Amino acid sequence: MTGALSRFLTGLVGAVVEAWAELRVHRGRVLLSLIGVGVAVCALTAVVAAGAIAEQALREVSERGGGRAATLSLSSWTDDGTPVAADDLRTAFRTAVDRYGIDYASEHGWGENRVRFPDGITAVPAELVDVPFGEMHRVDVIEGGWFTAADERRMAPALVVNERFWERLGSPDLRTHPTVTIAAPAGDVTAVVVGVTPSPTWDQAPSSFLLASQAAALRGPDADAMYGTPNFEMWVPPDIAEQLIGRLSADIGGQLGEGVHVDVFRNDFAEQNASSIEQMQLIVGGIAVVVLLLGALGLVNIALVTVRTRIREIGIRRTFGATGGRIFFSVMMESVVATVAAGVVGVMLAVLLVKNPITTDLIGQGVADVPPFPMEAAGAGLLAATIVGALAGLVPALVAVRVKVIDALRY
Amino acid sequence: MSILRLEQVSRSVPLPDGGRLTILSGVDLEVGDGDRVSVVGRSGSGKSTLLNILGLIDAPTTGEVHFEEVPARTFSGAGRDRLRGRKIGFVFQQFNLLPRRSALENVLTPLLYDGGRDFWRRRAIATRMLESVGLGHRLDSPPERLSGGEQQRVAIARALVRRPRLILADEPTGALDLETGGSVMELLEQVADETDAALVTITHDPNIAARASRHYRLEGGALAPAVVA
Ligand SMILES: Nc1ncnc2c1ncn2[C@@H]1O[C@H](COP(=O)(O)OP(=O)(O)OP(=O)(O)O)[C@@H](O)[C@H]1O
Ligand SMILES: [Mg+2]
Repeated sequence: MTGALSRFLTGLVGAVVEAWAELRVHRGRVLLSLIGVGVAVCALTAVVAAGAIAEQALREVSERGGGRAATLSLSSWTDDGTPVAADDLRTAFRTAVDRYGIDYASEHGWGENRVRFPDGITAVPAELVDVPFGEMHRVDVIEGGWFTAADERRMAPALVVNERFWERLGSPDLRTHPTVTIAAPAGDVTAVVVGVTPSPTWDQAPSSFLLASQAAALRGPDADAMYGTPNFEMWVPPDIAEQLIGRLSADIGGQLGEGVHVDVFRNDFAEQNASSIEQMQLIVGGIAVVVLLLGALGLVNIALVTVRTRIREIGIRRTFGATGGRIFFSVMMESVVATVAAGVVGVMLAVLLVKNPITTDLIGQGVADVPPFPMEAAGAGLLAATIVGALAGLVPALVAVRVKVIDALRY
Repeated sequence: MSILRLEQVSRSVPLPDGGRLTILSGVDLEVGDGDRVSVVGRSGSGKSTLLNILGLIDAPTTGEVHFEEVPARTFSGAGRDRLRGRKIGFVFQQFNLLPRRSALENVLTPLLYDGGRDFWRRRAIATRMLESVGLGHRLDSPPERLSGGEQQRVAIARALVRRPRLILADEPTGALDLETGGSVMELLEQVADETDAALVTITHDPNIAARASRHYRLEGGALAPAVVA
């Protein structure tokens, strides 16, 4: 048993040693074919990585907008077109959320504040939310922090503003509790800035988040009519989302009585974008496979030529004890060792290609920070290189073992 | 115990016109340890065909080949290859060295197929072997940069590096001048003596044939004892 095992190991090492020596001898010819494989692996890895990064970027953007899986949105309307009374809706929503034990729930309404910046008054859009909204939408905060329960008890309303808003204030240190004056319908109100969210380069306008519970002080009596009834959102486990949709619309609709309609629906990325991402991956994957097949074909071609010119050498090796299996494995190994080496170079090139500042700007557009190079893309590149090497080695290896020693010596 | 025994071996090949060409017929031959056998014959008489059968590279059409008293047809393909690598060493007229590979790489090639300890010591063994054929100073030279005599010495080192019991030489001096040929044969006999290996030399040169202790002539497909002048 140990004898057989050590013989096997010796054979394995021997085949790799032999393959490496052969590669060194034929490096001129091999190098050319490897450039093709390296380029193909580089393209594949880059395409997979760029796809993954773009998907990740899209997912992040989308989660900020639509929420995480599964986010349920609730909207409402009346038969006669008058706005649903926001307070009634809020109460009904809170009751339902308590009843079904939903931990993450938030109002999501819209409004506008007239903010007195040092350089004049500007109307700034405000999203009216509850504390859990930050976690539900993975809101990124670069300075200070997202709202906490303590902010709800503040006398002065708290604001989380975007980077542009903060810059207009002169980028103050948030530990000094900077304030800003809002020209509300009932007179000036001082608000405290508690956090700053990043702004992508294309976003030039200031915007802000405001706790729904503190919005009343800043809004006039006609705000609901102007901006519409707020939506409400819940973040629930995806497997019970369907079930909750039915129960919640019935429950909340029932509380609000005749003439008011409530619609609860899934609003998150997974639901909306799953199919478009799938399509993108299919296209990207298809291109990658074609690129790889082209590389493999070139390699098979060159490997075949190489093996033909070596039939005599193979015959000589056979007379000195190389078995058919050993010849097969060696020829195959040669191809695999070569493509894996080319694959490593290809993957490194792909990392350079994808992670250089110019490309990151391009594919990461609109996302504050581009995710790191996906390891699975590098893994896929190397795996593909190995498979291509084995496949491309298969044909010449079959040719090599079919050679009869006696014919090879006469060759 | 004989190393190799041929009983009524014949070999024929199909011809393009549908007939068969008989190259060997009714060949009997026994080779034992330390034997020095020579086979002469005209060009095309079937000498190389006989040697290929002796070396388990080719199989007879009829008749029986026994290697160490085991019928050769009972070996598996891989078993035959391994046996050949371990027990038989070949020296060819055209040397058959691997081009562009150094003398050392050529000589250690048979050790790549050794499943045991010699695989791991292949460099040291091959170096010693090349030194013993007087090429210790040309380890890194590829065949293209060696003279014919030097190439044949590399080939001899390669044939003997696994200490085979049987050495088969097919016109080992055919590509060399008289003097070089003589010294190559001397070397071959000397290393064969050291390990008590059997040596079968195929040649058309009577002088080379005369160096052996048993002499055969191949004529009309039949192998017959030959008288040496
Ligand atoms: N596979 C084959 N198919 C057809 N004819 C063959 C085959 N192998 C050998 N022959 C023929 O058999 C004869 C003997 O060939 P072989 O190579 O054994 O001769 P040889 O004695 O070694 O000659 P030389 O001294 O020139 O090397 C030749 O006529 C050759 O053409
Ligand atoms: Mg011949």
